[in-house]
This record gives sequence, C-alpha cells and structure tokens, in this order.
Amino acid sequence: MSILILAEHEGGELRAATASVVTAATRIGGDVHLLVAGIDVGAVSAKAATLEGVDKVLVCEDAAYEYELAENLSALVVKHAADYSHVLLAATAAGKNVMPRVAALLDVSGISDITEIKSDDTFVRPIYAGNALATVKSSDAVKVIGVRATAFDPAPEGAASAAIEAIDRAETDAGVAFVGQELSDSDRPELTSADIVVSGGRGMQNGENFSMLDDIAGKLNAAVGASRAAVDAGFVPNEYQVGQTGKVVAPNLYLAVGISGAIQHLAGMKDSKVIVAINKDEEAPIFQVADYGLVADLFDALPELSAALDAG
Amino acid sequence: MKILVGVKRVLDYNVKARVKADKSGIELANVKMSMNPFDEIAVEEALRLKEAGHADEVIVLSIGSSQSQETIRTALAMGADRGILIETDERHEPLGIAKLFKHVVDKESPGLVVLGKQAIDDDANQTGQMLSALTGMNQATFASKVEVDGDHLKVTREVDAGLESIRVALPAIVTADLRLNEPRYAKLPNIMKAKKKPLEVIAVGDTGVNVASGLSVVEVNEPPKRDAGVIVGSVAELVDKLRNEAKVIH
Repeated sequence: MSILILAEHEGGELRAATASVVTAATRIGGDVHLLVAGIDVGAVSAKAATLEGVDKVLVCEDAAYEYELAENLSALVVKHAADYSHVLLAATAAGKNVMPRVAALLDVSGISDITEIKSDDTFVRPIYAGNALATVKSSDAVKVIGVRATAFDPAPEGAASAAIEAIDRAETDAGVAFVGQELSDSDRPELTSADIVVSGGRGMQNGENFSMLDDIAGKLNAAVGASRAAVDAGFVPNEYQVGQTGKVVAPNLYLAVGISGAIQHLAGMKDSKVIVAINKDEEAPIFQVADYGLVADLFDALPELSAALDAG
Repeated sequence: MKILVGVKRVLDYNVKARVKADKSGIELANVKMSMNPFDEIAVEEALRLKEAGHADEVIVLSIGSSQSQETIRTALAMGADRGILIETDERHEPLGIAKLFKHVVDKESPGLVVLGKQAIDDDANQTGQMLSALTGMNQATFASKVEVDGDHLKVTREVDAGLESIRVALPAIVTADLRLNEPRYAKLPNIMKAKKKPLEVIAVGDTGVNVASGLSVVEVNEPPKRDAGVIVGSVAELVDKLRNEAKVIH
C-alpha cells in the first residue's frame, strides 16, 4: 500500500491540518508520500520531509498552484495518483474543494471527513451534524479520503529527513482565475488548530462586546470563535463560525460564552477535551456537554474572569 | 440562459436525528422532512439571477423517492419554472448523484448550475465538485456572493481564513454557502400556482446512468455521550478548577 497526501501550506509554512493527515496515513499503513505544490515551496518541502511518517516528498514548483484552485490541484493529484492505494486530503475548505474532484476523475466514491480508521478500507465519519457516526467500507481501487484534522494528532517533526523529488506539472484550466482575498488579520492562533478557543453566541448582544472575548483570548493565547447565531446576527464574520456549517474544532479548552448549545454548534466543538459554558440560562443545552458550567450573566462573569487570569 | 438547481429532501434541520435500532441508518419514518437548507439558498440565488435578467428559466432537479416531488413543488412555489425528479428509492453516493446531474446537464445545457454546498444528512460536501470534474464546467464552491460579468462569474468564496474571490468562465457550477442570501418564503397564491407547473418524473433506471458505488455503509451508531459535568458557583471556582483540576490553563 502507498498513500499520497496533498499538502496544504501558507506563507512558507505547512498547515497544521496536513501534519494530522500524515498521522491518519500512518494509521492506514504503507509508504506515505506528501505532495507539495505551489511557488517558492523549497522551505515548506524541506520541513515536510522531516515529519515523522513521511517517506517521500513530491514537489511541483509551478505558478499554476500558487493559489489553491481546485481544477489545477485535482488535475495534478490525478496525474500522479496512479500507483497509490489511498489519496488523502485534509477536510479543510481547501481540501473539501479538491477531494471530490479527485474522486470523480478517478471514478471512485469520495469519503468525506473521516474521524477514525478501522482498517485500510473501513472508516468512521460523522453524519447528521455529528448526531450519528457512520462506519463505511470502500471496495474502490483507490480510496480518496478527506481527513478531519482535529480527530488526529499532528505528526511531530523527526530527526530524519525523507527524500524530496520534483514531479511534473499537469494540464491547467484556463477557465478559472484567482482574483483576490480578504483574510482576517489576527495575531491569534488559527481557530481549528488553537489549544484554547473562546467562543461567543447571541448572548454577546453585539459585535463590540466581542472585544471582551478578545481580551480573554489574548490572556490565554486562544482563538476566538462564535456560534452561527452570532454570525447570522452580524456580530462577527463567518470565518469565526464553529459548528456543522462552520469549522470543527477540538481544542484542549473550549469556553462557550452566551451560547445556548444548538445541535449544529455542538457538532463543531463537542470533541473538545474540556468544555466550559457560561450562560445565564441554567436550562441551556450547552450545560449538558460542559465539564464546567457557570450560571451567570456574562457581562459580570467576563470582567471577573479577565481579572482572575491577571491574578494568576 | 437556463439555470439548473439541485434540491434534496432531508430530515428537517430542527429535528434531532435518531439512529435506528438495527444500526442501518437514521429513522426517517414519520418525521418531518424539508428541503436541505443550503439548497433553499441555491434556489433563491437562481431566482435572483433570473430576476436580475441574467437567466430566462430556472429548472429544479431532485433525485430521490416520489415524495421528493414535494421538495420540487416548494422550489416551484418560490418561483422556479419547472421541475425534474429522477426517482429512486435507493440511497446513492455523491458520485452517482453527480453522474445523474451530468445526465440532465447534457440534455438541458444550463449556463449555470447552483447547488447547496452540502446536504445536512450525509454532510458529504462532494456533489458540486464532482459534477464540475465530470462536466468540465468550472466550479465556484462555498459561495457568499455571485456577480455576473459578461460570460464569466465573479464569486466570493468562504475559505478557512476569510474570503477569497475567483473568476470562472460560464457555464459554471456554484455551490451555496450560508451567507449567500436569505431565501424567500413561498406565498400562498404561488403555492397554488406551483401545482400547475411542469414536473417531469424519470425513473433512475431509464437514465442509463451507472450509479453503482464502491462505498457501503457497514453500520450507523450513536456518538459517545459526554459525561455530565459540574456547575461551579463562581468565576474564582471556575478558574481554580481549570488551573488545578483540568490543568488546561496556567
């Protein structure tokens, strides 16, 4: 068996999700090859080669892969997929954009968002917003899989370095072009890979009040998230959204403030190690999944919490 | 141009999914079913593009049991022009669904296909991308804004770090994210009118499309339950527990 992983990188760094996909690949077993495509990817490739479990790094340095255009990346993966038993991508926005194309071009079913590996052909994936877990078995010659990064610890960097090999580019698609991007500028850790996440819901009342969460997040080196209700109400942009329709997070500590705990929100955070809920409604469903609950008005509790963290 | 929109009949998003006792799937008998919420957004976007003069017909396609006709009628009541149901009682993987969509695309030649980014039952998030790969039409997934620019679309997409915009040539495939629009409610007179709009039913076997899949569901289980936690009395107690019991902050 051999496994091809499409690496994700940004600003000269591998995304943490890719290191988690490497761990998933080592659980399946066999040779693990990491494909790094883009421009100026020398440093990223060298770093990828040191990840424990990676046997080879395939590099395609080409402007066609500067932006993560799905048409071009899927063509590249398919061009080089012939000898592999598995093709793995992270189930990130970028990975989800590409994975199904690779599967369709290989005429096999895609397997979305796996959270557990039972064997080399049997996997577990959440369905119905995590309200059920489906065990699925693939008889396809190539298994094309999206891996939920939070379900696997990232592979550490090791002492040894795998071989790095340049590969050919594939045909590119003239029908699609990158125009621009508006990325949220934040010094905070990225939501899906942060150790601690502080999230606010409709109880925050408005966008300005999220500065109270920013303050606490700053003291804990945490990322700030939000419920769909808070996003729908326009308090914060969509990239803050944690839940079935947003991001899935599983930090060591998830602090839910003014979040009632709708099913769709729980689907995005219930695998967090420790969950804390602060809500003035003691009947809020969030308390059913919280390890520590505090029934309090968040406008009293947050300043107190901020002061208590300073005192630590 | 024509716009083709996909709609799927799924367990209503307000109903909690319950795993069947024999672990074969989710209990769908005698529960409320509705149009997949992302598909409502897709229908709305198609209607807005038509109302803005960019399209002259909105065709709604559903693939599912005979009851999916109700879902198509809902879209017709919102304002779509005609419906197509590919009737099947089997559950198909996104690859089979994408091949059936391609069958209709080949016949209807739409200038644009709009789908929801994912259905809230299987949460697969695959069909739009697969249809793009199979047809060669470009894809613009997770769209939060769609602008027509001659024979191209400029689409703003939700990505993990914020927003990205891309330009794709028409014909193209767009998948709708949550913030693309707020779908309208169908008004009563339109619900009555929708009953008279054309709805073609095609048996899946008559399409000649091979919908076989290499993926099978072995079993479906309840997720593990989290143990109930404790209610703390004060912020001070909370911070103490997090520092000294859970040891998740310093």
